Amino acid sequence: MYKGGEGYWSWIFHRITGVGVALFLFIHVADTFIIGWGPGVYNAVTSLYRNPVFKIAEVILVAAVLYHALNGIRVILVDFWGEGVLKQRSIFWAEVVVFVILFVPTAILMLSRL
Amino acid sequence: MATNGAGRPRPRGSGFELYSWLFMRISGVLMLIFLLGHLYIMHIINSVEVVNYNFVAARWGTPLWRTWDLILLLLAALHGSNGLRILIDDYIHSHGWRVVALAVLYVLAIGFILGGSLVLFTFQPVAS
Repeated sequence: MYKGGEGYWSWIFHRITGVGVALFLFIHVADTFIIGWGPGVYNAVTSLYRNPVFKIAEVILVAAVLYHALNGIRVILVDFWGEGVLKQRSIFWAEVVVFVILFVPTAILMLSRL
Repeated sequence: MATNGAGRPRPRGSGFELYSWLFMRISGVLMLIFLLGHLYIMHIINSVEVVNYNFVAARWGTPLWRTWDLILLLLAALHGSNGLRILIDDYIHSHGWRVVALAVLYVLAIGFILGGSLVLFTFQPVAS
């Protein structure tokens, strides 16, 4: 067993982003459930998300989901595509490039509304 | 350990762990549509500034979005809680604490799936 390398770090980040997104998912299901209690309660609770701290957290959430999604595609390619294992380092760096291309404009757009 | 860039090794045999492994990959691919679509529509085209009671009530006025959200709820809750189950198995070595953590996880997961589905099926907008 060794540490380091693209395979190791992509796996660590997959776990960290997975836990973060799952924890937010529980919060998000709860805040949506509250809509059943009527407009007063729902609008009061969801107005918390307009706080700048939450808007920055929202950008981090998008980054975590995007990384987890792209890395998940990479894992599937390595698992199921015969040549995937041989090309895993190239696929990892392609994933990093796609992440930057998709995330940077998205983050600029979201932060411009802060 | 996944140092060769692969995911967890495919579990042997044809039991629960193999289906769990396959489910993570299949639900992951489906969420490329349902979750990334949700993020794009709700957080990028729209934003938390416009999402309020009336917005959600109008959105859930169409069966398409209720169905979309139900599919996303089931995929995300099962994918997320199955991932947390794997992490609990990997990182909590004490048998007692592992049982406690799994029990809390299963109660929360079932509660949130039932609660979320309930509101999706029963929500009736009221004037606000």
